[in-house]
Amino acid sequence: MRHCLTPLDFSIEELDALFDLAADIEKDPSKYAHACDGKKIATLFYEPSTRTRLSFEAAMMNLGGKALGFAGADQSSAAKGESVADTIRVVSCFADIAAIRHNKEGAAYVASQFSGIPVINAGDGGHEHPTQTLLDMMTIRQLKGRLDHFTIGICGDLKFGRTVHSLVKTMARYEGIHFVFISPPELKVPDYIIELLNEKGYTYEECIKLEDVITKLDLLYMTRVQRERFFNEEDYVRLKDFYVLTEKLLRRAKEDMYVLHPLPRVNEISVEVDKDPRAAYFKQVQYGVYVRMALILTLLDIHVD
Amino acid sequence: MLNVGKIEEGIVLDHIEAGKAMLIYHYLHLDREDYQVAIIKNARSNDMGRKDILKVECNPDSLNLDAVAFVDPGVTVNVIKGGEIVEKKKIAMAREIRGVLKCHNPRCISSIEQGLVHIFYLADAKNGIYRCRYCEEKHSYGERAKLFL
Repeated sequence: MRHCLTPLDFSIEELDALFDLAADIEKDPSKYAHACDGKKIATLFYEPSTRTRLSFEAAMMNLGGKALGFAGADQSSAAKGESVADTIRVVSCFADIAAIRHNKEGAAYVASQFSGIPVINAGDGGHEHPTQTLLDMMTIRQLKGRLDHFTIGICGDLKFGRTVHSLVKTMARYEGIHFVFISPPELKVPDYIIELLNEKGYTYEECIKLEDVITKLDLLYMTRVQRERFFNEEDYVRLKDFYVLTEKLLRRAKEDMYVLHPLPRVNEISVEVDKDPRAAYFKQVQYGVYVRMALILTLLDIHVD
Repeated sequence: MLNVGKIEEGIVLDHIEAGKAMLIYHYLHLDREDYQVAIIKNARSNDMGRKDILKVECNPDSLNLDAVAFVDPGVTVNVIKGGEIVEKKKIAMAREIRGVLKCHNPRCISSIEQGLVHIFYLADAKNGIYRCRYCEEKHSYGERAKLFL
């Protein structure tokens, strides 16, 4: 049985196959409309989410399946003190596949160790968010036609931003990728990511000001400073508006420098940027459904001719 | 000169860097067992100047020695049976340490999940760095020792 805990669970060839499948779903969704008839996905969301949970549920419904689950730890037996291990054992009796989001790092890994069904990590604290990475990559591939040879700027909360950690680890495997990490010193990318890049000989640079580097970027990945990751409200208030991508700033960027964001966006991208053709963050949401459909089919080992 | 008698069956950890015996005692969970234990601190040593020694009277297979090399890769393990040394060895850093080290990351699932075994994998053998299997938080000897002490 196969799980999706980190994007590194898939080889580059497997990722290519997944993106090909997602692209085929986009081209002809009706072909897949009954691929998961009779199947159920359990969405176990211990942490609030709009996009990710609805995207998983929509993905399963688009495939002809059904969805069940909970949207908050207070609505589950976790409120009574049930462990993740026990919850997934129980849910394995109700559903064919599970997507789990938890505020603690490693929760999906724990679930996978006790599960009787494939487990998808839908975000575990500040650690990983693999399906976001898959949809980020799908967006890049569809818009740019490739996944290699880019200078990628990643801006904002690089310390707690799980989407960032997953994206860097995965994109680093492609040839010619140069990362530009843009963050305040307090929210720098964690040392284990830096160690990994150093160990593999990948190139990167770290800086504080977005305006200093925006002209050389092929892609800009903006992130939100997440209030829920701070133990100290004062630190959050000080850092929350550190970066704001405005129309004026975007004028200095390359003509084809797409702006990505895992959403929800707060102040870090001005709404005036939304109408710029380089704003790709709402496209990401649509690609997210296709990628999750492809992932469900892959993990359930369902093939559609 | 301090004299500590021979043991009939058990483990003698020799050449422990002076000052680390209590850490190893802790990581071997000897505080939870009722074995006879001799902790010798600051013993004179020709090679090391000062060293610590731990003698544990027990079934030699009953101790999980995975964390010994994490604390001090220079330790010599002597296996004693019938009052004699039957094996003398150095311990390589374990690829995985289970149920010995504790993850101190408050954001890690291991901080709340009942009955979960704390697991660390060797991420960087050269620098003796282990990472939590769940959250990937770094644990090196220096950092842990500071917390423990």
